[in-house]
Amino acid sequence: MYDSGKIIPGIILFVGLFTFPLWSNLGKAAPAPKPELPKTEKVCVMDAAFMKTEHMVLLNDWRDKVVREANRVWVGPDGKEYQMSLQNSCMQCHASKTKFCDQCHNYAGVKPYCWECHLEPKENM
Amino acid sequence: MEKDRREFLKIGGISVLGLSALPVFEALAQGQGPKAMPDPRALQAGQWAMVVDMKKCWEEQEKRQCKDCMDACHKIHNVPTIPDPKREIKWIWLEEYKHAFPDQANEYAPEHVKESPFLLLCNHCSNPPCVQVCPTKATFKRAEDGVVLMDFHRCIGCRYCMAGCPYGARSFNWGDPREYLDPQQINQAFPTRRKGVVEKCNFCAERLAEGLPPACVEACKAKALVYGDITDPESEVRKILAGQYTLRRKIALGTGPNVYYII
Repeated sequence: MYDSGKIIPGIILFVGLFTFPLWSNLGKAAPAPKPELPKTEKVCVMDAAFMKTEHMVLLNDWRDKVVREANRVWVGPDGKEYQMSLQNSCMQCHASKTKFCDQCHNYAGVKPYCWECHLEPKENM
Repeated sequence: MEKDRREFLKIGGISVLGLSALPVFEALAQGQGPKAMPDPRALQAGQWAMVVDMKKCWEEQEKRQCKDCMDACHKIHNVPTIPDPKREIKWIWLEEYKHAFPDQANEYAPEHVKESPFLLLCNHCSNPPCVQVCPTKATFKRAEDGVVLMDFHRCIGCRYCMAGCPYGARSFNWGDPREYLDPQQINQAFPTRRKGVVEKCNFCAERLAEGLPPACVEACKAKALVYGDITDPESEVRKILAGQYTLRRKIALGTGPNVYYII
């Protein structure tokens, strides 16, 4: 083989550099998110499993119901009534965006644009 | 009682239909799942309208430079005060006679009419051009009560509505409006807007839903602002309109504005 002295070290160097993110992060898994649940309330508007996976769908649904259909009251599966409002209902219990929303959103690398208009609770007040 | 085969088959058919409908009724009656409904406190109307008594308003303005309605509206809805008139956000604002009523302005009108500012807001038209031109249906006329509303989530900032609205009732956010809002004064119960969306007066839809009058009406100590259901002959606005001659802005355009002015 011609130029094996250059090609083989070159390949090794390339593979090493290419896989750098893999071996440099080996054994250093990012800690799982720990969203802080509200202490005042035990139940949410739907059960926890649904909220974990479908809260964004629920929020979109709420938006359409409130803005388009003028229905502002949500009756949960347990019959309890809530105002459908991110700022005035969700964030009243989940009073800290950084300790709740951001925990998973940062971990998953998603940046919801809710907060460009909706006001997050004033923390440390 | 005689029963022929024809009669028997008819009754039999209806009975089978009835039996098959039973499980459907049961399923509907049980309906325990989550559901949405209107707030029981919400105010109802066929078409909301407003009467602005400029005589009362001017009296108050002369007395103490009154801006109560504007201050209340802007505070509640987090409307920023932007000094640059090209970028300002208007929900309820003051304008000269010749600009408010260009088709009626006449140079020999009484001085107090020509010189005094008129209080303007979105007319919540019966036939709103802004709704017709909106390509995303972000602006819509609510069928229940005729309020022309915006779904800011859907606004793409094309500004067709601003071109369509003959009343200048719409404003575009050229930048982040929060830069012009005092964080201490901000109303935590209402969102702000973001860069790149259009906004306007919403007839306080969020307050009507709680059984409260629009913020400007509530704030006006001179009682110059009256709101009500224009389709209800017994409403306060209809009684005022029946008793006094009123003006509307640019009616020849056929938009059917629902804000009336007493001069």
